[in-house]
Amino acid sequence: MADPVLFAADPNPEIASGITESRPARWGLMAIAFIFLTLFLVLPLVLVFMEASRKGLGYFFETLGEPDTLSAIQLTLLVAAISVPLNLVFGVAAAWAIAKFEFKGKAFLTTLVDLPFSVSPVISGLVYVLLFGAQSALGPWLKANGIEILFAVPGIVLATIFVTFPFVARELIPLMEEQGTGDEEAAISLGANGWQTFWYVTLPNIKWGLLYGVLLCNARAMGEFGAVSVVSGHIRGQTNTMPLHVEILYNEYNAAGAFAVASLLAGLALVTLALKTLLEMRYGAEIAATRGH
Amino acid sequence: MTTASAQAGWRFKKPSVIPGFGLTLGFALVYLTLIILIPLSGLAWRSASLGWTDFWAIATDRRTINALKISFGTALAAAAVNVVFGTIVAWVLVRYPFPGRRIVDAMVDLPFALPTAVAGIALTTLYAPKGWIGILLAPLGIKIAYTPVGIIVALVFIGLPFVVRTVQPIIEEIDKEVEEAAATLGATRWQTIARVLFPGLAPAIVTGFALAFARGVGEYGSVIFIAGNLPNVSEIAPLLIIIRLEEFNYPAATAIAAIMLVISFAMLLVINLLQAWSRKRYG
Repeated sequence: MADPVLFAADPNPEIASGITESRPARWGLMAIAFIFLTLFLVLPLVLVFMEASRKGLGYFFETLGEPDTLSAIQLTLLVAAISVPLNLVFGVAAAWAIAKFEFKGKAFLTTLVDLPFSVSPVISGLVYVLLFGAQSALGPWLKANGIEILFAVPGIVLATIFVTFPFVARELIPLMEEQGTGDEEAAISLGANGWQTFWYVTLPNIKWGLLYGVLLCNARAMGEFGAVSVVSGHIRGQTNTMPLHVEILYNEYNAAGAFAVASLLAGLALVTLALKTLLEMRYGAEIAATRGH
Repeated sequence: MTTASAQAGWRFKKPSVIPGFGLTLGFALVYLTLIILIPLSGLAWRSASLGWTDFWAIATDRRTINALKISFGTALAAAAVNVVFGTIVAWVLVRYPFPGRRIVDAMVDLPFALPTAVAGIALTTLYAPKGWIGILLAPLGIKIAYTPVGIIVALVFIGLPFVVRTVQPIIEEIDKEVEEAAATLGATRWQTIARVLFPGLAPAIVTGFALAFARGVGEYGSVIFIAGNLPNVSEIAPLLIIIRLEEFNYPAATAIAAIMLVISFAMLLVINLLQAWSRKRYG
């Protein structure tokens, strides 16, 4: 394995060959990694934009301008605008209770927060069908009172909240646990009330971690497919979100249309990744507790 | 403080000067109960009220068993692929400086950010017989899209970041002196990797495997486009749940979901135990 010629510049070739791979091995590993990433990540992403522009920009904008597409975009924005803030408030409240206090059952509560991540998205939708569907105990009552949850916007919002539930909380809990309670105790002892303590002391400490969690939560909320697919009923122009609209267009053999809508979602993913990387680069220390496990 | 509260007997919460415990815990619990616990216990209650005979009949139905086998089998295969290539990617990202590393590193998270339906149609178009990659494989007689292999391709995409992001921080933490010590004591590079580095990485690799596997079992959006969805051949369990729902066969949908959940929760338990064990052992 040792290759003294290649390590000629190194003061001690024997040691160098022991603490790093030989040059052919390094090139080989890098080639494997790059080919793998190209096949599974780069090509699919490039393909989305290529296919979207295949029939020309005219067709691209025509698809995006269709009433069904516009209503799907609106619904996706609406669902994210409701579910992300709710999960944000929950995440901050749960992290405050879990990270700033010692109480019985804390570990169990933390496990419950992560629960939706281990549930298949399809099951996340199914539980609401079982709860509010026509066959359920609530179903006839809801119908009699004209309340629509399933196959309507409330069901889509509920399923999205379920799926994106842990994102903000799981970013904040380790971060706030790491920061401890010293700053808050100092603020309280200096006469600040609870709200002032949160607003002027805690929030500035967690703002980048919070933004990081919201970013990931939003990406998932706008892109969720399985859970929403179960509860939406796929009514064109009414209960179709963007990912569902992609599916409909694709199944109608309108690949260029499907990829046009998909390219918007892929653009959202790229913006999310760029912001996420920026946050990690600039504020790595302030969101450090969220990296790794 | 600790002794004072111990003397005072059992306490739900340790005393603290920080306010807001009741409000935040109360809100978190109510929200958690309404959004997660009640709907999930509804599923548990509905499957329990099925009765053992009905439940068993659904669970042992040939199509159900095959769907579960396909879901768990392909997720297992994809997680195994990801363990090998994910670890290599993590190693290359940490150890080999190359231009554009930051961008490649960010790209690894693409499956977290890209909606699954978009990934699904992109991978299908890519690996279909006339797609960019499929057309290269077609003369060799290899079919990927619309076969169970296609499901594995989709799940490799979905699971990759779980392995890389679990293994990467552990590689970053490796103390170079350990490798130097092994080298000065006469170990070849291969021996150092196999005997010194790998044991330290093993818990993270196992955790990454379990996370990718757990995610793959429940995955729906990226799979249904590429799978072909032939019953008993390439039909995954989440799709069978949806098919049963569309037939208004709620007992069957509920039972399949309950079986999947029980297995998933068992796996979650194993993941937590593994993490606790690796933390204890490797700090």
